[in-house]
Amino acid sequence: MSLPFILFFVFALISVGGALLLMMAREPIHSALSLILVMMSLAGLYLMLGAEFIAAVQIIVYAGAIMVLFVFVIMLLNAGVEERTDYSKMAKYAGIPLGILLLLDLAHWMAHSLIGETPANGAGSANVMISTRELSMQLFQKYLFPFEATSILILIAILGALVLAKRDE
Amino acid sequence: MSVVPVSYYLVLSAVLFGLGVIAFVFKRNIITILMAIELMLNAVNLAFVAFARAWGQLDGLVFVFFVIVVAAAEAAVGLAIVIRIYHNRQSLNIERANLLKF
Amino acid sequence: MEFVTQHAVLVVSLVKIVILLFLTLTTLAYLTWFERKVVAHIQSRWGPYYVGAHGLLQPLADGLKFLFKEDVTPPGADRFLYILAPFLALSLALTTIALIPFGPATITILGQPTQLIVADVNIGLMFLFAITSIGVYGVALAGWSSNSKYPLLGGLRSSAQMISYEVALTLSVVGVVLLAGTLNFNEMVSDQDGYYRLLPFIPRWHIFPQIIGFLCYFTSAIAETNRVPFDLPEAETELVAGFHTEYSSFKFAMFFMAEYANMLTVSFLATILFLGGWLSPFPESWTFLQYLPAVILLGLGVYLGYDAVAGARGIARIQLVVITCGALLLGALCLLPAVMPIIQGPFWFLLKVGGLLFFYVWTRGTLPRFRYDQLMSLGWKLLLPVSLANLVGTALWIIFPLLVKHG
Repeated sequence: MSLPFILFFVFALISVGGALLLMMAREPIHSALSLILVMMSLAGLYLMLGAEFIAAVQIIVYAGAIMVLFVFVIMLLNAGVEERTDYSKMAKYAGIPLGILLLLDLAHWMAHSLIGETPANGAGSANVMISTRELSMQLFQKYLFPFEATSILILIAILGALVLAKRDE
Repeated sequence: MSVVPVSYYLVLSAVLFGLGVIAFVFKRNIITILMAIELMLNAVNLAFVAFARAWGQLDGLVFVFFVIVVAAAEAAVGLAIVIRIYHNRQSLNIERANLLKF
Repeated sequence: MEFVTQHAVLVVSLVKIVILLFLTLTTLAYLTWFERKVVAHIQSRWGPYYVGAHGLLQPLADGLKFLFKEDVTPPGADRFLYILAPFLALSLALTTIALIPFGPATITILGQPTQLIVADVNIGLMFLFAITSIGVYGVALAGWSSNSKYPLLGGLRSSAQMISYEVALTLSVVGVVLLAGTLNFNEMVSDQDGYYRLLPFIPRWHIFPQIIGFLCYFTSAIAETNRVPFDLPEAETELVAGFHTEYSSFKFAMFFMAEYANMLTVSFLATILFLGGWLSPFPESWTFLQYLPAVILLGLGVYLGYDAVAGARGIARIQLVVITCGALLLGALCLLPAVMPIIQGPFWFLLKVGGLLFFYVWTRGTLPRFRYDQLMSLGWKLLLPVSLANLVGTALWIIFPLLVKHG
């Protein structure tokens, strides 16, 4: 039980626990906080996989901006306690087991996929951090067009959000 | 020190994705459903980063970058729509929003 | 001892963290004293002078007061979030101190050579921004969990202000990153070494080419930390006390300390990015300046000693004697040949940070506060375009020689 395994299991438990809390929380604000917890533990996992820039971007953009937006909307709309109506019998007795079956199925196929059989092989086995310089070389040379298209996408999203959320005059 | 095999990360990604799907199907609050979508996107990001480490290529990380940006745009517009729905129907329950005209 | 040699990095990091935490918490406490004194003198009054000599025991008295006050929880408040919010704010504000380099020297702790920084991360700047962007949650959750109108409004406004100015803050720093070519703090400070060729008395600090960036950064920083003139969300006359209305005793003290810790972090960052970090503005050849810390501390000791002998009575006298001995001891310590080269870096660093903190307190005592809509339009309509223009200008200026070369 060396340190990477311990760290992996800690982060994995925190993220799965956060996802379960997201499902079982009664108030949306608690769901939002558990999602933030999931994102932070995923950032830890990205660090373990050597992607330090992506970990920082995940925290800055995802946990620090997108989730702030979610928390804002929950606070503004005063989204109350989730209505706890009774599940239909079908949902409770067939739904939850089927859901768990889906989960196990996905996990099984991911574990036995082509890459899953062998331990971390080839160029990726060393515990080295991928440098930001290499990543930005790829981003700005090979993926320049998607980069520019994404900036237009963000502009459209800003305009759309502004128009939609405006009060009716 | 031995390295954690990539399949562990993939299993975790699959579990998180499955939990996201379950939350998406079972929850009634629109905002919680949007959060379940974000959870699914995060699970996919983890799979991308794991594959990028396994194959030793950086394209996976660039994909993750774009997924995060697109998720931001989608969350912004989605939440603006949610605010509109709340103004019209006074409720965040998705069962109250299943008719085209109020 | 075997544990130390086997897990050397861990033990040394723990020692550094403990020392740094102790020093930071003391600094935060005395920053409150500093602010009260300076604002008082700007307003032609004395500030705290009763508790201990020159009011120096005032932070201690305040701490005791906060500990013994009754801890009231508003009814209907979300217990978990109510307790989480101040912890989150303070712990995040204190975490950023781990990324700051205090000097170039390599010192030996417990037989291990180590740098004067707790965590030398390759993308230190991005992690610092990551931690400050999570800090918004402390404010937002405090406002929400108090189950009351004023905190909710104050919390929403405060967090909206913080995320708006975060954009301008991050953009105004990218110019410096372009100039330095790295996100690592140590390398960024090393990049500011030396002097300009044409004007050899101006050090090569980033503030000179990036003056617009520095002004944008500092304005955004003042807004980000919710200080005057941007402190409408927590002003007393406007919204009672904003998001920390319903907090009392130790949790309020934690928010208070978190605000000062944020100020400290932002000043540290400004010093590293723009003001040359631990570099001295004077040439290295002026070795007599190496005695400067010792001279200042011994001078302070003499002044306080004179005060102890001539003026004070009672407990103030005892306290002054203690502080005099402490100052003289530290001054003598700085004269030791083993300590003198090590103390130079932190000395200049802390001097610059102290200057920036003085500027913070100075604006607090001088300027009136902005209205909320003025505040938001300043952030989005002025600072964001200006920092974008700064970024584009810097990028063009860097790439211009290459463009000219290729026609």
